[in-house]
Amino acid sequence: MEQQSVQPAHVHAPPEGFIRKYVFSLDHKMIGKQYYGLALTAVFTGMVLSWLMRFHLVWPNAKIPGLDIISKAGAPGGVMTPEYYLSLLTMHGTLMVFFVLTNAPFAGFGNFFLPIQIGAEDMAFPRFNMMSFWVTFVSFVVLISAFFIPDGPPISGWTAYAPLSAVGKDAGPGLGWGQNLWAISISLFCVGQLLGSLNFIATTLDLRAKGMTLMRMPICTWAWFITSCIGLLAFAVLLPACLLLILDRVAGTSFFIPSGLVISDRLQNHAGGSPLLWQHLFWFFGHPEVYIAILPAVGIVSHVLINSIRKPLLSARVIIYSMLSIGFLSWMVWGHHMFISGMNPFSSLLFSFPTLTITIPATIITLIWLGSLYGANLQINSASLFALGFVSMFVSGGISGFFLAQPSIDVYLHATYFVVGHFHMVMGVAAIFGIFAGTYFWFPKMSGRMMNETLGALHFWVTLIGTYCIFMPFHYLGMAGNVRRYSSFVNDFMAPLMPVHKFITIAALITGAAQFIFLYNLIHSRFWGKPAPENPWNGTSLEWSVPSPPPWNNFGGNHPVVYHDPYQYGVKGSKGDYVMQVSPETVEGEKT
Amino acid sequence: MGKFLAVVLTIIALVSAYPIITHKYVQPEDISTHGHAIDEQMSETMAEAGFAFLGAQLLLAFFIWKFSGRKDGAKVTHLPGGAKLVVATAFIFVGSEVLALGILGQKAWAAIYFTAPKPDALQVQSQAGQFAFYFRYPGADGKFGMIHPDKIDEGNQNFFGLDPANDVDARDDIVTAELAIPANREVQLLLHAKDVGHAFYVRELRIQQDYVPGLDLSIHFTATKAGRYEIVCTQLCGLGHYNMKAYLNVLSQEDFDKWMKQKASEQ
Repeated sequence: MEQQSVQPAHVHAPPEGFIRKYVFSLDHKMIGKQYYGLALTAVFTGMVLSWLMRFHLVWPNAKIPGLDIISKAGAPGGVMTPEYYLSLLTMHGTLMVFFVLTNAPFAGFGNFFLPIQIGAEDMAFPRFNMMSFWVTFVSFVVLISAFFIPDGPPISGWTAYAPLSAVGKDAGPGLGWGQNLWAISISLFCVGQLLGSLNFIATTLDLRAKGMTLMRMPICTWAWFITSCIGLLAFAVLLPACLLLILDRVAGTSFFIPSGLVISDRLQNHAGGSPLLWQHLFWFFGHPEVYIAILPAVGIVSHVLINSIRKPLLSARVIIYSMLSIGFLSWMVWGHHMFISGMNPFSSLLFSFPTLTITIPATIITLIWLGSLYGANLQINSASLFALGFVSMFVSGGISGFFLAQPSIDVYLHATYFVVGHFHMVMGVAAIFGIFAGTYFWFPKMSGRMMNETLGALHFWVTLIGTYCIFMPFHYLGMAGNVRRYSSFVNDFMAPLMPVHKFITIAALITGAAQFIFLYNLIHSRFWGKPAPENPWNGTSLEWSVPSPPPWNNFGGNHPVVYHDPYQYGVKGSKGDYVMQVSPETVEGEKT
Repeated sequence: MGKFLAVVLTIIALVSAYPIITHKYVQPEDISTHGHAIDEQMSETMAEAGFAFLGAQLLLAFFIWKFSGRKDGAKVTHLPGGAKLVVATAFIFVGSEVLALGILGQKAWAAIYFTAPKPDALQVQSQAGQFAFYFRYPGADGKFGMIHPDKIDEGNQNFFGLDPANDVDARDDIVTAELAIPANREVQLLLHAKDVGHAFYVRELRIQQDYVPGLDLSIHFTATKAGRYEIVCTQLCGLGHYNMKAYLNVLSQEDFDKWMKQKASEQ
């Protein structure tokens, strides 16, 4: 661990021309921005889909102007059909989980900052890196194209449970070519992620600057490293699962389809497959995927918080070890998505216990953050607001997992809005708060310009209060037994819950609208923001030792040497209360 | 702005907890013999989770209030006890919760799933298909006829694909669209999926179980209170998923016998 790698002569020529600079770029920073831009496109698309769904749930007969132009069959006269609702639901989940929560915090920020934070000039495999983005881009285009085919997008949810997803269009609209496009898109996405993960691992292990031991890497670098290890194993399972699904659909195989199914009055010509096999393969990927979304955010938030509290965390090592244990445990818990699936009930206990155990490292991380706030000199800005909001959201969303981890309680809450509330808070909103914290913090470095802090704060207040107004009531609905994935609530017991749904819809419309403040701030600041200095937040890690934005080869051809742990805050340094990693000055009390 | 954040987080925490503390949104009355253990497990978890939620949120708010907006150059201090205290706290408090809920709490699960149905339990088969539930009683012979998928014909109301011409067992099977059961007698429900995945969910029974194509599953329970309850599908099964429902009719033994007789005569 203490051995330091010396950076090999790893350079590619400076990019020339528009195409090499902005399109097929080999530069990890441009690729990071491309991933971020793709995630931004996906998140706004996904958000508009959620608006349409929420609107339909509470005003099922109201016309949505323009919707019939996008899909005549899905919304005749502007009123959504039940199957179109399910299409939007499927696309919302797929876009958000894959193209937002995986792309932005991991591939986006990771690509931009990991090489700089370890003192490398680029990723280990720049061509693979370019390929990983463009494969992901094609995957996005393939997915979105499902909106424009006559059959429409699939209706089987982002989990694509077989046999609904496997038997073809007999089972319903969108399950013909729509589902094929979905499976092709996700297969491509897996390829992109595998290339990216390999690249992250090789870069972290091989390209660290002199003095940059593993334990001197910033927490977010560690988070990206752990995430790429998880991603390498998880996407390597989802890829073959999707290929088998495609074979079941187009080549007449029966991996996931048993015999004797009668669909649309037709006896299906399949035999011997198991729907549970799909669930096992999917969740073997699906649960680690939750950590692929949240760990980079944990890393980013830790990185931002330390800078904002102007002192080191109680222990950065403990956070790193906790992230490692979460990563390890994430492989033993996939069955907690399947308590009611018909899996052997004994295995439910086996999956329940490690799931509950994950609470321990997660609590340790939270308590380290809280304990580190004690005695801090807390600086409030847009980045730290979102980081603190993340801590609050991580607690709220994490705690509801304690219910769902227990099979006996899951029997009641499974497939209710309680689950929707849980995963939106901890995986969706918390991770997005991490992305926002990262954006406000690193935007000056990425673009060379500052973001508007007033707009940032306004964005934060509406988003914090708004997301609580949306997702906390989801838990209440679930406790009353409100079932998820319903396009309309026709059941007697759900009718009294409609006022809660209305409240949520209004909150979602307002909170969603506030995201345009962020978009405006992002675009406006990119062109007309105040020029950013090299180190606007008095940070210590390597990204703050290079110009904003960094030159194409990051360190201008120099090889940085690292002298310190990443977070020398609250000390007496030549520049103030901090000492940068690359500064040779000695720090009182530092162990070397 | 830090102090304002502290106030907002405190309000959010208290407002979020209010509907829970006042029991505004809770599960409906339990009508099963096993549901009590589930509800108890839920209340225990809620108490512990609620304590952790409020504790963490209020502590976060308090520290933000106290340690933000300090004078420039204010000296930072560290939490006495440091990381060791934090790790020990997490292991002791959360670890004991994990052990308590994770091991002792499995009793509720074991009571339902690790026990076999009584030999005299009433057997009912339920078939889920896009987008309706059907139920089948074995009739006087106590035997279900075979399911022949190729004979399923909804137009002729042969929902289960029975073949009474060649199958003696199928001749007295009683097929219904609602699930009627006697109160206080154990019921073994055999779940069969006709096409894609579905699920059987009755809130009042505290039961939710998937129908898995190709894998016939069985659950057993005893309902204790007469009444009419909604059965809903909770596994995404296609465009009519939201509208896939049936009724559970819990009757006294006497009323159940009458109902059965009437249904038998309608077949």
